[in-house]
Amino acid sequence: MKDVSTVNVDRGRIPLSEQIYLGPIVRGLTVTLRHFMRNLFGHKDVATIEYPEVKRQYSERLRGRHILTTRDDGSLRCVACYMCATACPAQCIRIVAEENPDAPVSAEKRPKVYEIDLLHCVFCGFCVDACPEEAIIMSRQHEMAFSSRAEAIVGIDELRQKGPIDQEDLGYRPYF
Amino acid sequence: MTASRTETTMLPQPQVDLLPKEGVVAVEHGVDGHTVLTVEREHLLDVLKSLKETPGLDCNLLADICGVDYPERDARFDVVYHLGSLEHGHRFRVKVPVTEDDATVPSAYGLWKAADWFEREAYDMFGIRFDGHPNLKRILTHEAFHGHALRKDYDPSQRWLLTEENLMTPKWSTGEQKNDDHLDTQVLNLGPSHPATHGTLRTVARLDGEYITEAECEIGYLHRCFEKMSETHGWEQVIPYTDRLNYCSSMINGVGYALTVENLLGVEVPPRAQVVRVILSEFSRIMDHAVCLGANLVDLGALTNFWYFFQIREEIYGLLESCAGGRLTVSYARIGGLAHDVPLDFEEHVRSLLARIPKFIDDVDKLVTTNKIFRDRTEDVGTISGEEALAWGWTGPCLRASGIPYDVRKAYPYSGYEQYDFDVPVASTGDTYARYLVRMEEMRQSLRIIEQAIDNLPPGPVITDDHHVALPPKEKVYTEMESLIWHFKLIFDGIKVPAGEAYGFTEGANGELGYYIVSDGTGHPYRIKVRPPCFAIYQAFPHMLEGSLVPDAIAILGSLNIIAGELDR
Repeated sequence: MKDVSTVNVDRGRIPLSEQIYLGPIVRGLTVTLRHFMRNLFGHKDVATIEYPEVKRQYSERLRGRHILTTRDDGSLRCVACYMCATACPAQCIRIVAEENPDAPVSAEKRPKVYEIDLLHCVFCGFCVDACPEEAIIMSRQHEMAFSSRAEAIVGIDELRQKGPIDQEDLGYRPYF
Repeated sequence: MTASRTETTMLPQPQVDLLPKEGVVAVEHGVDGHTVLTVEREHLLDVLKSLKETPGLDCNLLADICGVDYPERDARFDVVYHLGSLEHGHRFRVKVPVTEDDATVPSAYGLWKAADWFEREAYDMFGIRFDGHPNLKRILTHEAFHGHALRKDYDPSQRWLLTEENLMTPKWSTGEQKNDDHLDTQVLNLGPSHPATHGTLRTVARLDGEYITEAECEIGYLHRCFEKMSETHGWEQVIPYTDRLNYCSSMINGVGYALTVENLLGVEVPPRAQVVRVILSEFSRIMDHAVCLGANLVDLGALTNFWYFFQIREEIYGLLESCAGGRLTVSYARIGGLAHDVPLDFEEHVRSLLARIPKFIDDVDKLVTTNKIFRDRTEDVGTISGEEALAWGWTGPCLRASGIPYDVRKAYPYSGYEQYDFDVPVASTGDTYARYLVRMEEMRQSLRIIEQAIDNLPPGPVITDDHHVALPPKEKVYTEMESLIWHFKLIFDGIKVPAGEAYGFTEGANGELGYYIVSDGTGHPYRIKVRPPCFAIYQAFPHMLEGSLVPDAIAILGSLNIIAGELDR
């Protein structure tokens, strides 16, 4: 075998000082006591969060529930090009396209149906990477509960951005 | 540019004149540095035997056995063996073509015990029979399952309800009482839903009082058809699924997969991406070891350590999430690099973790390492010798605890591991305590690697600029016609990996994580076989149990770190 630098971690026989339980036990107790005191008086190291009253601050890359962004006039940016549905490894996006007769050429196609099955979704963000229009981005909303499977299939109304985009809880998206 | 193992001609090559000749139809040199032998079935055992026993070849590690289905060929199946020699470093791929009517090959169980479960898997998935196998039955699917799922003509959309109620029952559990049993035979089911298995694993044990006299494992409860699914997905789309293999260290799986595909494509990964991959992989390794040890200690009654270790894990998840956007399922590696650059405060974040993590490791060290209760509970429990461990196909920390310093990062450096100064921890006793010590030290060594890596984090891009492989940057997609076209082509057609095959292996948290990938030149993988390290480790578990106490079974199982996600795929 090629010579590799190894470090032997064998500890050999138990020395007498460790044979009598006391030393290691006292040493262990000082560790737990230190943690106990710090947590009791310092609150320095407490890793737990009192969820749901307190919530963790996630990064702006967190891949949560999707948002369909809109143009200034309130119409969806989506042009129903099917790129997200193609890139989706879980095949959870269903799009039905239709023509938008009044729109300019750049937006003459739009989705009639845009559905994501959030129970199939693996939240990988590939749809965001695939979108050439920045029409689908992700929020940091990760608490999703449904009472039926049908409810987990969300459409345009649920996914459309609610107000100005900077007031959404933005997560994974191009540029950040 | 740092050397990467993507040009794997760097694997050591065997002496050509030593290679067996009889029955060998072809000898090729694979793009992955393997020597590929195509062998007639009649001579398979002789060839394998001479590869194992000829001085100078000494293939002591049987890494993997799998099947590949080529329905249009006369000899429909290939049975593929991956062998390696730890002494010389060379690697072999032995392929045996067999026809559908007579899909039988001799079992290699007599040469390497590691063949046991790998052959059963090939039988389960392809219907290839292995003559002389001691226990050839289905392994990942239920005994009542029809057909062989990884055959190309198997339709995955067909579903049926399995109504058979009988669980797997080993022969000995129903048979007559043995003379040497002191009491009535007791059969104990450990799992599949048991707090100490930490995953859906089932072990049936025959007890003589408190002692286990015989045991058998049943796996497959978490089988998710990863390999079948990847055949219908694009090359890039497989990455989110690799996260779910060993979900305790998902970054390492994605990197291993990406490296193998990059090897087939021949693309170079930018240095910055390589260093970030190393940093995050090592953090994942620390996390994986922390979970393994924490859970093992909980099973032994030392609950406090679990909290200390899980705090480490929690903080590393914070780092992964700030880079990748996901905590458990990161999906951060991409073929050719990484999904996007690390955040601006990455270096600061890594350094703060480097300062904090050792404290928790030290705390656990003080609590348990010298504690006599813990030592009594783990020393000489689940002992396995180096030779035997290797025969079972063990790799990783469990093998190193038995005295064999095999570490893929040292033996076959990838992603620039050769630049980092770190030691491979080894222990000689091969018991549960040794596995604990090795993992503790490995966490410290990983921190050493990260320290060196973060000091030398080069600037630059994090993904290759080859637009046959990587999506162009978004700002170009929005503004340039050409980039938009590349973007469309890559999304709709996917990456075109040239026809060929490669076995890529990296050091996963549990040992050698291998991907054997066959491409037929289309946008989908033709076949992906994962060699999960704990699959090889777990097959030795029932044999380690023989003669041990029931509570020891829990201690041993925890120290092997069996992750059902990668075990069952």
